[in-house]
Amino acid sequence: MGAQLRVYRQKIRSAQTTKKITRAMELISASRIQKAQQRVAASTPYARAVTRAVSAVATYSNVDHILTTEAEKPTRAAIVIFTSDRGLAGAFNSQVLREASELRTRLENEGKEVVHYLIGRKAVQYFQFRRRESEAQWIGGTDSPEFETAREIGQTIVDKFVQPTDEGGVDEIHIVYNRFVSMLVQTPETVRLLPLEVVEGVGEADTDAPLPLYEFEPDADTVLDALLPVYIESRIFNAMLQSSAAKHAATQKAMKAASDNADKLIRDYTRLANNARQAEITQQISEIVGGADALSSAK
Amino acid sequence: MADLQVSVVSADAELWSGAARQIVARTTEGEIGILAGHEPILAILAQGEVRVTTTEGEVVTANAADGFLSVDNDVVTVVAGDATLV
Repeated sequence: MGAQLRVYRQKIRSAQTTKKITRAMELISASRIQKAQQRVAASTPYARAVTRAVSAVATYSNVDHILTTEAEKPTRAAIVIFTSDRGLAGAFNSQVLREASELRTRLENEGKEVVHYLIGRKAVQYFQFRRRESEAQWIGGTDSPEFETAREIGQTIVDKFVQPTDEGGVDEIHIVYNRFVSMLVQTPETVRLLPLEVVEGVGEADTDAPLPLYEFEPDADTVLDALLPVYIESRIFNAMLQSSAAKHAATQKAMKAASDNADKLIRDYTRLANNARQAEITQQISEIVGGADALSSAK
Repeated sequence: MADLQVSVVSADAELWSGAARQIVARTTEGEIGILAGHEPILAILAQGEVRVTTTEGEVVTANAADGFLSVDNDVVTVVAGDATLV
């Protein structure tokens, strides 16, 4: 019986230490969400300015740009997957990977070959474990994304898109990332990035005024040439920031659930341990009483 | 004379915003000066500085290489991926 009690006490202690860790992680990610959200908000003016400029050029010039023209018969497509570097975030990574593999199946059914670009260690591990090929990987910066990385990713995929398909280029580029909807909800989202359909309202649509009749300097084509890659970069940067905010929110949620579970375990095991202790005492008493009885009857 | 509403924006933050009297920037075609009442324009910026003269007469200088500048209805936005104030 004493052994039983020891086992329960051990389990209680183990749950208590786990709870300390998960509670700490919960608090850390709670403070990081704020920062991540602020970064999303801080990047909104930029995204808005870029989007507005791109739609202005697109509306007032004959858009016939390589980045906006659809391939006649698309044969290869790229998927860019945004995951996190660390786990312990509930379904955060698995839901985005599931979304990506659904997209892959759909594209393959349409007769397209699919290549992958991975952001975040979790996606890389997922691909390694399944021995799947990926074109390029970026790891280590998902907690607080740098604009430099977004620019690098943007350049890589734009280069790939501009390349002719028979030389290894791709005809379509899709991105899959977790969008931060609220503290409790993060939804995986798929967006076709290229060929481009310019949509206004990356953040909130501000269609307060019609677009003015711009004068372009040097000319509309050059401006569009310069703007489109910037637009792509800003979309990618936005996806990275969204994904990082969503990751922190998901971690907080998962860690809160873990702490609550630890609480429940501690309570249950404490009950069991009390039971065991009481049983032990009862047994000792009955042994003593039994022994005394035996002694007195022997006299 | 009316003022210009200027904001200088980089990828991760709005660096400066406020009212200004004049802006001088260098586009790929050469220097351009903007006063209130300028026609709407969208210009690509070249390497160089953007100088904003505020209504108080102060001069705010920003580095905005490879960005662009848009003017619309006296609202001026200077946008660059890695703009910095000098």
